[in-house]
Amino acid sequence: MSNVKQFKDTDIQLAIGWILRLGVIISMSVVFIGGCLYIYRHGYSIANYHEFKGVPNFVHTPAGIWHGILTGHGQAIIQAGILLLVATPVLRILFSAFGFLLEKDYLYVGITLLVLAIIIISALTGHGG
Amino acid sequence: MSVILFTLIILVGAYMAGLLGSLTGLGGGVVIIPLLSLVLDVNIHYAIGASLVSVIATSSGSAVAYVREGITNMRIGMFLEIATTTGAMLGAMLALHLQTSFIAVIFGVILIFTAVMSLRKKEEFVSQEKSWLSDKLKLNGSYPANGQTVQYGVRHVGGGFLMMLFAGVISGLLGIGSGSLKVVAMDGIMRIPFKVSTTTSNFMIGVTAAASAVVYLQRGYIDPGLSMPVVIGVLLGALTGSKILVHTQKSGWLRWTFAIVVTFLAIQMIYNGINHKI
Repeated sequence: MSNVKQFKDTDIQLAIGWILRLGVIISMSVVFIGGCLYIYRHGYSIANYHEFKGVPNFVHTPAGIWHGILTGHGQAIIQAGILLLVATPVLRILFSAFGFLLEKDYLYVGITLLVLAIIIISALTGHGG
Repeated sequence: MSVILFTLIILVGAYMAGLLGSLTGLGGGVVIIPLLSLVLDVNIHYAIGASLVSVIATSSGSAVAYVREGITNMRIGMFLEIATTTGAMLGAMLALHLQTSFIAVIFGVILIFTAVMSLRKKEEFVSQEKSWLSDKLKLNGSYPANGQTVQYGVRHVGGGFLMMLFAGVISGLLGIGSGSLKVVAMDGIMRIPFKVSTTTSNFMIGVTAAASAVVYLQRGYIDPGLSMPVVIGVLLGALTGSKILVHTQKSGWLRWTFAIVVTFLAIQMIYNGINHKI
């Protein structure tokens, strides 16, 4: 019997709740700021989404988004916020893996890393196929 | 239509969708996609991309409370996410090769199913039976209810896993959370108590959607100009809905109204799909 305080499920739960909330608040703030800038710049352009053309190049690649943010493009800032939003659940998985590791629940460390691997494979193959 | 007007219309529509979604438990995506594609003539690929992003926002936002209360079963969620993320990846890839009119028809069918699911009675049923696999995987758990701890067992892990795979495919294909299918897998097949099923399903939706979102992002399906009002509107609507829900328990008539509206939208989607108008 050790005297060290055991890391428990409730600790993971609190931390995960915190990550999810923070992720949503930050990403939504970024989307909102980008949105204001986008409306200010392009509010009177014509919106046309009938034909599928894909998104403009400068919001398609991480490098393009980064350049777009530096040059103050609203759409690039929105897209950065959306990337943060998509990253929130992925971060949650990463953190769960860490939590299960502290609990010494190695079966669930494995399961968690497997889910993470599937998402990474999904990200990698989405580009090629 | 000018960008400013277009954005305002979507903002209001998405707010209503988020509000109704959280009040009825149907999720916002089922209203957002028909609104965008049927009313605003948005290409269904863009509509799916925008909806998916809003699904992640509402799942992450609303999961917080249940996770903290300890109702969500994180092990069940994590284990079944193997199935949903694999399915979501397959679904997102499938979406690239299917005709949009065909996707519209599938969407309509899932919409009708979701509407029916939202109307059924939600009785709490706690099973103590466990299976060998659920024991091995430590899926059996407990949750707090009225100051007490309720223990429950989990059965039919394999069947639930397969159903989750299907739910993942649908989520990736259509850009919705497919919460109703996830609840079928957990509540219907694995006999997990309703409260745990719904909250764990909600918890999982964000991860499932993220798995297909990474594919859609690279394909250019997620347009910032369109996602911005959708995601902000749905999130604000869902927040308002959860505030209202604390004060009122009678949502019977609301459920019926929403189910009828969703069924109407579903028929419209199927009709347009069959006639290749989408």
